[in-house]
Amino acid sequence: MTDDRKPTGVKRPPEMDFTALDAAEGMSVEPVTQWHLFRTRFGRHRLAMVSAGVLFTLIALAVFAPLIPGLKDPIDPLVDETGRALNLIAPRADFPFGTDQLGQDMLARVIYGGRTSLQVAGLTGLMVATFGTLVGAVAGYYGGWIDNLLMRFTDLVLSLPLLPVAIVAAAWLRETFEGREAMTLAVLLGTLLWGTLARIVRAEFLSLREKEFVEAARAAGARDRRIIFRHVLPNAISPIIVNATLVIGVAIILEAALSFLGFGVRPPTPAWGQMAAEGGRLAVGGAGAWWMVVFPSAALIITVLSVNFLGDGLRDALDPTQSIERK
Amino acid sequence: MTAPLLQITDLVKDFPVKSGILQRATGHVRAVAGVSLDVNKGETVGLVGESGCGKSTLGRMLVRLIEPSEGSIRFEDEDIAHLKGPELKAMRLRMQMIFQDPYSSLDPRSPVGNSVAEGLKIHGIGDSDERHERVMEMLDVVGLESYHAHRFPHEFSGGQRQRIGIARALIMRPKFVVADEPVSALDVSVQAQVLNLLKDLQKDLDLTLLFIAHNLAVVEHISDRVAVMYLGRIVEVTDRDSLYANPTHPYTQALLSSIPIPDPTVNRNRIVLQGDVPSPLDPPSGCRFHPRCPIAVEGVCDVEEPELLEVGDGKETHVAACHLRTGAHRHLDPAPR
Repeated sequence: MTDDRKPTGVKRPPEMDFTALDAAEGMSVEPVTQWHLFRTRFGRHRLAMVSAGVLFTLIALAVFAPLIPGLKDPIDPLVDETGRALNLIAPRADFPFGTDQLGQDMLARVIYGGRTSLQVAGLTGLMVATFGTLVGAVAGYYGGWIDNLLMRFTDLVLSLPLLPVAIVAAAWLRETFEGREAMTLAVLLGTLLWGTLARIVRAEFLSLREKEFVEAARAAGARDRRIIFRHVLPNAISPIIVNATLVIGVAIILEAALSFLGFGVRPPTPAWGQMAAEGGRLAVGGAGAWWMVVFPSAALIITVLSVNFLGDGLRDALDPTQSIERK
Repeated sequence: MTAPLLQITDLVKDFPVKSGILQRATGHVRAVAGVSLDVNKGETVGLVGESGCGKSTLGRMLVRLIEPSEGSIRFEDEDIAHLKGPELKAMRLRMQMIFQDPYSSLDPRSPVGNSVAEGLKIHGIGDSDERHERVMEMLDVVGLESYHAHRFPHEFSGGQRQRIGIARALIMRPKFVVADEPVSALDVSVQAQVLNLLKDLQKDLDLTLLFIAHNLAVVEHISDRVAVMYLGRIVEVTDRDSLYANPTHPYTQALLSSIPIPDPTVNRNRIVLQGDVPSPLDPPSGCRFHPRCPIAVEGVCDVEEPELLEVGDGKETHVAACHLRTGAHRHLDPAPR
């Protein structure tokens, strides 16, 4: 069917050049891509930029650890020429982070520990973001008995006492997944931590699905999937990012707690939480090996903070109502 | 005379009322209680009534954002009341809606060009270049600049947003458009602009328009015919001029008398209705207006529900639902004209 009705619409005098008027007032008349806006806004968020750099460095170090020239093995105990163990050496030029009680190089262990800890944190964050968003979105968008079913299940998961369940599950799972502890821990924490995000996303969806722009999309012929992913989810992205970054911090800290209790990553595989816990024991135990606590803890704290700042920056950069001017 | 473009017959919408922890339906609100109305091709029908009378529900049923409980909607000789799936999607090309609130009807995270283009994209009309061209053309039609397409809704004023909403509805080149109070959220100065734009476009595109409003002045400006709704029913339908010159139903008369006249020297005879709109959960027996009607007659109005009948002022299109003004009980009218 051809349709050649031609609307004329608003008649305006040709001398009114709005493009020139807007340009004169300093408004952008050039087409601006969303990617450009995102970059501009993100680039203005200095803390987020720095955090992105820090995280990138940490990840690169962990991934390419074996290729770093001069980095010692994280597991082999170091000995001097006479065969004496070089253990509990305070930081000095050849051991910038010192050595632990077994004579393992702390710098190497912190870098290799990042492999485990960042993996646990990243995977947990990803799992929680995916699963929590999915459950919350379906429950909030469809409502009714689906909502009831999913939310009661969420309540159940939220009501589980975190540490006891994690300890039992970790002890039980470690036999089955020997050697893949990081993955196991991530899956375990991911399964336990998605409840809060699911509730937040559900609440957002409940309010957003009543908005007229959702009706407008439906009137245009959009199906549920398009409405959910194109219209509702982008408007619920801020709380999702905030919660996911918080969960990443929690995951790193829980890994430390579980390791401290002996249910996390088992030595000799290094992980930051486990190292900090071990170092804490020794430092308090009178050996005075402060470097065994300080360096892994610093790595933990820097990562958690960076992830949070990065999340902040992302959230602001994705929000079109944020101005692109420097405040 | 050719068949009307849109033929609504005995349309009903019940919303369940849920209560208790099990959310069992304990009753229902009959938001629209049996509405019949014909809309002819190319005309603008104004639908007026106070808040909660069911006019928005009726409009949303017509474009099938809400599925009717009973009754039929014939659109171009096809009953669209219960269409599903691909047929419903195809129907949406021919019917569009302009929404009331320009602040919530545009996705805040989507550049307005994308919002306008969405319908074309969903229906796979044209390639991306053609769609782009049509969006630019449509933005120009509603008085916006092409570079506005990249901006986000928060960068526009209410009037501009409403123009974007109009562009979004009309880019589909629909035959029939429901405008749900499109100007009630705008400043008075901007209302006229948007109204005139709608009026021009209606003429240019040979659109058929159902214009929902509670502002009688706005309706007078834009409509060819007017339907008055009260508590889920239509109480009077007529062309614009005879509605304003010769209102028949007591409710219509009361509505019209409430229009402010900007002249302090004019002596106004305002008809002030007593009481509130009854709850649609438990509508009054007989004529739904009788508890507030200044001329209601006991034993007639509270017993029998009146039908829409010809008023008999020489215009066969002028109908009203009042026992005392049309039909058999005319002699009981205490204030005959």
